[in-house]
Amino acid sequence: MAEEVLLVRAIVPLTLTVAAALAVGTLTGCGTTDDPDVIEVAFQKDTNNQVTVREDYVEYVAKQFEKAYPGKEVKPVPIQASQDDYYTKIQVMMRSPNTAPDVVYEDSFLIRSDIEAGYLQPLDRYLEDWDDWSEYQDAAKEATQGPNGGTYGVPDGTDTRGLWYNKKIFEKAGLPTDWKPRTWDDVLKTARTIKKRVPEVIPFNVFTGKAAGEAAAMQGFEMLLYGTEDPLYDKQREKWIIGSEGFEDSLRFVESVYSEKLGPPVSEALSPNIQTQVPTEYLPEGKLAIALDGSFLSQQWLKTGGKPWPEWSETMGVTPMPTQHGAAPGKVSMSGGWAWSIPEHSGNPDLAWKLIETMQTPKNAREWYLRGSQISVRDDVSEDPEYQKSLPRTEFFTDLVDVSHYRPALPVYPQVSTAITEAMEQVTTGDSSPREAAAAYDKQVRSITDGAVTKR
Amino acid sequence: MSTVKVTAPPERREAPGSERARRRANGGRYWRWLPVAPATALMLLFLAGPIGYCAYLAFTDMQLTGQATSSFVGLENFRRAFQDSDFLNAVVLTLVFTLLSSIVGQNTLGLLLAGLMQRASKAVRSVTGAVVICAWVVPEIVAGFLLYTFFHKEGTLNSILDWLHLPSQNWLYTLPILAVSFANIWRGTAFSMLIYSAALSEIPTEVSESAQVDGANGIKRIWYITLPMIRRSIGTNLMLNTLQTLSVFGLIWAMTRGGPGNRSTTLPVFMYDQAFNKALIGYGTAVALLLLVVGALFSLVYLRLMREEV
Repeated sequence: MAEEVLLVRAIVPLTLTVAAALAVGTLTGCGTTDDPDVIEVAFQKDTNNQVTVREDYVEYVAKQFEKAYPGKEVKPVPIQASQDDYYTKIQVMMRSPNTAPDVVYEDSFLIRSDIEAGYLQPLDRYLEDWDDWSEYQDAAKEATQGPNGGTYGVPDGTDTRGLWYNKKIFEKAGLPTDWKPRTWDDVLKTARTIKKRVPEVIPFNVFTGKAAGEAAAMQGFEMLLYGTEDPLYDKQREKWIIGSEGFEDSLRFVESVYSEKLGPPVSEALSPNIQTQVPTEYLPEGKLAIALDGSFLSQQWLKTGGKPWPEWSETMGVTPMPTQHGAAPGKVSMSGGWAWSIPEHSGNPDLAWKLIETMQTPKNAREWYLRGSQISVRDDVSEDPEYQKSLPRTEFFTDLVDVSHYRPALPVYPQVSTAITEAMEQVTTGDSSPREAAAAYDKQVRSITDGAVTKR
Repeated sequence: MSTVKVTAPPERREAPGSERARRRANGGRYWRWLPVAPATALMLLFLAGPIGYCAYLAFTDMQLTGQATSSFVGLENFRRAFQDSDFLNAVVLTLVFTLLSSIVGQNTLGLLLAGLMQRASKAVRSVTGAVVICAWVVPEIVAGFLLYTFFHKEGTLNSILDWLHLPSQNWLYTLPILAVSFANIWRGTAFSMLIYSAALSEIPTEVSESAQVDGANGIKRIWYITLPMIRRSIGTNLMLNTLQTLSVFGLIWAMTRGGPGNRSTTLPVFMYDQAFNKALIGYGTAVALLLLVVGALFSLVYLRLMREEV
């Protein structure tokens, strides 16, 4: 025993010295990339290697930037991951000055949460001197504002959501090709008809479950919920709504789709690849009849997309998602969008801003609206005839902006969204009834929001 | 039991009245520890350091996003864990996974393979050895994808079953915990096999021969001779296997991401999901600490098993 104590006494100073030396070594060893001439741009890369839409665009802008600022270099940092993993990755990267990129692509639903966490810089000092900012629509500007009113990102478009359907399959099923569903039941009935008459195709896709993440919560669940009487959040009382009939009904809709086998096989629906599979495989190959999805879907079918499909504009029809029982305004849409931001730990914010400015020249902004099938958030580009006639469905989706809802812009929303996807997964697998899953959601939301809930 | 009494050596032999001699002795000890100092420093820096930090985080409400500053919350995270039905589900699944894939699967299959290989011809031995060890050499994430494609609804296993006119399976969806357990057995058996091959070759042939002469049949020889003689190896192997299996993450993540629902969410997957998907770093690290406790409990049992005399 005494011997051991003695040994410990001998070891401690020695190890401390070595540890300190090593620590210094490691810290200086892993070099930060804070080269004043290099701008690192982090963005999501699709899990399907064929899809390089965003990468190509970043490189397209980078070339112009490097020409305009000789000696400077743009280093794309594509993060190949599903959306949820992408969010986690950039948050972890932004935590430390060693790994923080200089420009980051932020989903508008996450931006409040990341502002709250102190990951992003306010851009107001740059925006003041930037004439183009006055062209941006107010709704888009609000989407990137922090609680104190500062602006933390430059939005590069918005989107709306609706029902895409394959007219050829509709014809085969003997259904009219100018589909106008009035209620949820109409949608389900049509899907059932397709299942009966064209059994080899998947009638209807609604994203669901944890792996699809925010796509399930927004494209799937909220497109249903906001067509009921009950929204997610009570703005006046500043409380999250629990125990609502609308919530349970929405889950019941998802349950019908998957228990009646109107959707993709459950194991596919719950896989993280589903989000890529729908636009690059199911729809262009004629395996899926109806998709509840975003306006941006067609980006994959353009020349610059992951699955060029020139015939898409004839084959694919679009129609608004109806409200539950057809109540006014008769249609639902959700809007989101992404923004370019500068992390708090960026080593080079001034040059990073120059890159964002280059991305958002009217011409480059338009280029992204076209390549990304985005809805313009800039008045100057919206009036541009080339933008207006570029995409066959732009008018339809732009009109939906009027009825579109926004997700509650609160830091806890991402956690609430995860709770939604869990409830969806439970009813999709049949592990829980809609009532049980809704009750589990209520309990989770109560804990996430520290009891800021109100019962309907 | 031996009857020889060993007297404990005096704790320290004092050089009579010499302060300098003592100091020199201390200095000698100091230098003697020099060779292990780098290893110790590395352990402190990269093992004790993170564990200490993790222990600290487990008592805070730190989040990955949506929070300006974190604060100390005491035992709140642990209280929450024990009231969280998802956590308890993860504990049960972890125990099922460990029992099935490590203790029953890898361990038994490894012993069986080692035993059979001892009697096999050299050619069979080297081919089997090579095949089994290949699975061990493949990186975890690659193994995960291989087995994902094997068990997938349109994967290899179903093609084989179809060809044999047998009903097909969809275990990744219907019985995910079984699928990932099989995957872990496939991947980890080589390790047990190697340990047991070494242990079995250490058994002197005279012992089993004399047992044979005394009329002990095969099963009796295994039960009374072989197993007791390799008991220590069994203990070591079980301990290493169990600890490794408890922390399996990549394999499960690649195959099922813990789903569908929570049906294959073991503790490491649960911990990742809480810390990174739900952004609850504090809660996630608390779960990590609890996982450490589970591992420690298993180790205690095995250490106990190994210490007992035959």
